Amino acid sequence: MTSYGRFFSHILFALVLFGQMLSISSGYCKTAEEKGLQIAREADWRDDGFGNYTAEMTMTLKNKQGKESKRSIRTKTLEVPGDGDKSLSIFDTPKDVRGTAFLTFSHKVGDDEQWLYLPALKRVKRINSKNKSGSFMGSEFAYEDIASQEVEKYTYKYTGKDEYHGQLCFVVESYPVDKKYSGYTKRVSWLDTKEYRLQKIEFYDRKKSLLKTLTVGDYQLYLEKFWRPDTMSMVNHQTGKSTVLNWTDYTFQTGLTDKDFNSTSLKRVR
Amino acid sequence: MQQIETWIGKTVVRYRWPLIVLFITIAVLSASGMRYLVFSNDSRMFFSKENPQLQALEALERTYTKVENVLYILAPKSENIFERDTLAAIEFLSNEAWKLPFSSRVDSISNFQHTRAFEDDLMVTDLISNAQSLTKEQIAEIQAIALNQPMLLNSLINIKGSVTAININIIKPDDGSYDLEKINTAALELNKQMKGKYPALDIYLTGGVMIDAAFGAAPAKDMKMLIPVMFSLLLFLIVISLRSFLATAGTLLVIIFSTITALGIAGWMGILLTPASANAPIIILTLAVADSIHILVTIRHQMRKGAAKQAAIQESIRVNLQPILITSISTAIGFLTMNFSDAPPFRDLGNIVAMGVMAALVYSVFFMPAFMAVLPLKIPQTKNEEHQIFSAIAELVIKRRNIIFWTMLVTILATSSGISRIYLNDEFIKYFDRSYPFRIASDFSAKHLAGLEIIDWDLNSGEEGGINNPEYLAKVDSFAQWFREQPEVRHVYTITDIMKRLNQNIHGDDPAWYTLPKQRDLAAQYLLLYEMNLPFGLDLNDRINVDKSSTRITISTPNIGTAGVLDLEQRGRKWLLLNAPEMVTYGSGLSIIFSHISERNIRSMLKGSIIALVLISLIMILALRDMKLGILSLVPNLTPAFMAFGVWGIFVGQVGLAVSVMIAMTLGIVVDDTVHFLSKYQRARREHGMNAEDSIRYAFKTVGTAIWVTTLALVGGFGVLSFSGFQINSHMGAMTTVTIIFAIILDFFFLPTLLLKLESNK
Repeated sequence: MTSYGRFFSHILFALVLFGQMLSISSGYCKTAEEKGLQIAREADWRDDGFGNYTAEMTMTLKNKQGKESKRSIRTKTLEVPGDGDKSLSIFDTPKDVRGTAFLTFSHKVGDDEQWLYLPALKRVKRINSKNKSGSFMGSEFAYEDIASQEVEKYTYKYTGKDEYHGQLCFVVESYPVDKKYSGYTKRVSWLDTKEYRLQKIEFYDRKKSLLKTLTVGDYQLYLEKFWRPDTMSMVNHQTGKSTVLNWTDYTFQTGLTDKDFNSTSLKRVR
Repeated sequence: MQQIETWIGKTVVRYRWPLIVLFITIAVLSASGMRYLVFSNDSRMFFSKENPQLQALEALERTYTKVENVLYILAPKSENIFERDTLAAIEFLSNEAWKLPFSSRVDSISNFQHTRAFEDDLMVTDLISNAQSLTKEQIAEIQAIALNQPMLLNSLINIKGSVTAININIIKPDDGSYDLEKINTAALELNKQMKGKYPALDIYLTGGVMIDAAFGAAPAKDMKMLIPVMFSLLLFLIVISLRSFLATAGTLLVIIFSTITALGIAGWMGILLTPASANAPIIILTLAVADSIHILVTIRHQMRKGAAKQAAIQESIRVNLQPILITSISTAIGFLTMNFSDAPPFRDLGNIVAMGVMAALVYSVFFMPAFMAVLPLKIPQTKNEEHQIFSAIAELVIKRRNIIFWTMLVTILATSSGISRIYLNDEFIKYFDRSYPFRIASDFSAKHLAGLEIIDWDLNSGEEGGINNPEYLAKVDSFAQWFREQPEVRHVYTITDIMKRLNQNIHGDDPAWYTLPKQRDLAAQYLLLYEMNLPFGLDLNDRINVDKSSTRITISTPNIGTAGVLDLEQRGRKWLLLNAPEMVTYGSGLSIIFSHISERNIRSMLKGSIIALVLISLIMILALRDMKLGILSLVPNLTPAFMAFGVWGIFVGQVGLAVSVMIAMTLGIVVDDTVHFLSKYQRARREHGMNAEDSIRYAFKTVGTAIWVTTLALVGGFGVLSFSGFQINSHMGAMTTVTIIFAIILDFFFLPTLLLKLESNK
């Protein structure tokens, strides 16, 4: 055997070994918890590096009678390396709250920080972020549902694969780390196996029954890397109420910096 | 007709065996439908779909959220809730309550979202957390806050600080997965756990869920307790009056068959058992006795006179068929007119009993005589002794006809005059007596806290976001303040209290700022800030509708009864008309619907009663083929109900839902005695050519015993019903008992003297 051939057989051997390791690592060695965490990390990692973006959102609230009410909100988001995102939401309607701005610093560990600027009062008020599980503007979304989904805020458990709307999805259960102040005991998420995009979440309340279902749809690709949905729809199964978020005008790399996300910037927004 | 009766008599005797087999088969087959019987446990079962007040409530519930509730009331034996252990118990229970099935919201003094100024910020936190580590000073501070908070005072805490409540909202999902039993069991379990963990507390449990559960449990409880008593009573009566084991067995079979046939068919038809309709068995048992007794008494009468058994049976069917047919049909008509009722449970009750009565007719005519024909029924020939008492009554009535007639007339008028003292009222909570734990809890709640009678007002501003309009808020606030000035109102829940409090907090907790915000955008932004601060489940979505165009305010009063609720609602509406005409609306809620139901029901039943009266009188005229006697029969048929209402007016006064179906129901029952008496009287006049006096003697002699025994059975049956723990049943039982007693008195003393007055000189 020539040295050339020996080299080749080594490579082959190494490849076989590596393949075995891979299959072991993905199939046997990892617990469901580790696999769940891995999926959550992968999804997070794939969205890494978006920098910043702005978008417009219309929130449509619907009660059981079918009566609707709309709110429109502009959002600005800044990626913070090593920590949770910073975001700013500016309310345009209803008219009575026009110019109200909501600033959030989310953190990987510990409570998020939140402030609300009230133009009628011309003052910024801090919000008790322990109460993150309450309704956001009377909608079926809680703050914790729309806040930046930091991986560290939950523990995970992979439960298998499931087909959802023609896409093969990972099904991952997640449990809030902050058990006392979360409104949920469990979330079950569907992420497509191809792009790791969130497709659906089922929320289970403190009495462990199904409370709400969020479905996310119409993903668009921005900057050839970042997927953003056009619609998010939350249905409360217990009250029959629902809320739909419609997103438009996603713009990435808009030059936002830290300076656009502090209490003085809050007062400047119009 | 005569030929048919004779033919049936002969047929029954000839084909006795096939008939016995046939009817046992029919009974078993129809009874098999009993497995489909289901108990309804929804306090709304009393309302029909067309009920306008129910429709209004359902509209309100679609705008906000339809909730039931579970209410725990904690009363420490020390009479002070502001102690570390009690506060810890409240905190523990508030946390555990979130885990109750179908719960959507928990409100207690511990998770009350207390707002205050902190530096330049608004702090929104639980009023009590980590109770075990609170210092004396902190507890005193909490006490001062709780006792001065209009949202809490008289609702979740009493002014003395000795009683506190924890309210849990329960959502009924639309998908039919709601399981009352599950939530009831879980709530009771938590109650038990609390009692074990905190022996220093008295704990009471009530709320809509418990009331619904009681509605579901009441029929079973009644059936378990009352039916055995009823049955023994009937057995005793039959044995005493028939003095024959076999005759008793025959009668028992008839009443059992009739009852299970009616219940079985009800099961096949999918009729729900409610506390009202579940009384059908007791009523059927009672009514079914009469037919058999009439037939058996005649058989015995004939055999004593020396007739052979088969001949006695034939003769009994011949003479009894017509009166039994008439009484059964008239009783059935009386019960069927309950279909005019606005409350479905009464319709069901009427239909089940009507089926039972008709079944009793069939079994009494075709089965029971056939059964007697195959049994070795022996009755010794004796001289008639048993009629002595009735002969004596006959003689007394004939001799002293004038004085008896006038005495009776005066009594009737005097008694009936009590009707003027009757007033309409229902106390929903008092439908259940104090053998139900939730009733005791509700009484306790009514004594110390807000009580369970609730009126909701959905106040519409007419525009999106209009609830932030200072003018609107000012009107809502003065409406709420006006209610607070009403003596019967214990608590008013309004968002204007929150608005004022927020305004004060924003201004450094300065009490001078406890006022409504003066600008619309400010109000909206306060509310936004506040809502952003609220934790899971404690949002304002059940107070404010989605487009913020209307809010609801909730008035709580202790048990003031339906008349009180209606009055308060009317006054409230008048206030709106005068002060805020643009948002005039009706008060809504379960109390309001219950307040209207008696009136609606009485109105609808009045129509039913008149139809029953006309039909029954027509039947009497046709059957007796005598216009005069037919019209005359109206007197003893209708008068007992008036007299019973009069007695009720004198001794009780309050009539409600139960009594609304009374006239139609008793009419069908009391008519029986009149039919039997008049048909015998007429037979004597026509067949035997007797004069009025002798015909009365004949009627007393032939049907006196049967009327007496069936009346005893009826009094026993409805008397037992009056011991029901469910007020609708006990009132219905008591009132019917009184009516039946008056009916027999009139039939024995007034009807004969009336006949003598009219027919004696012919």
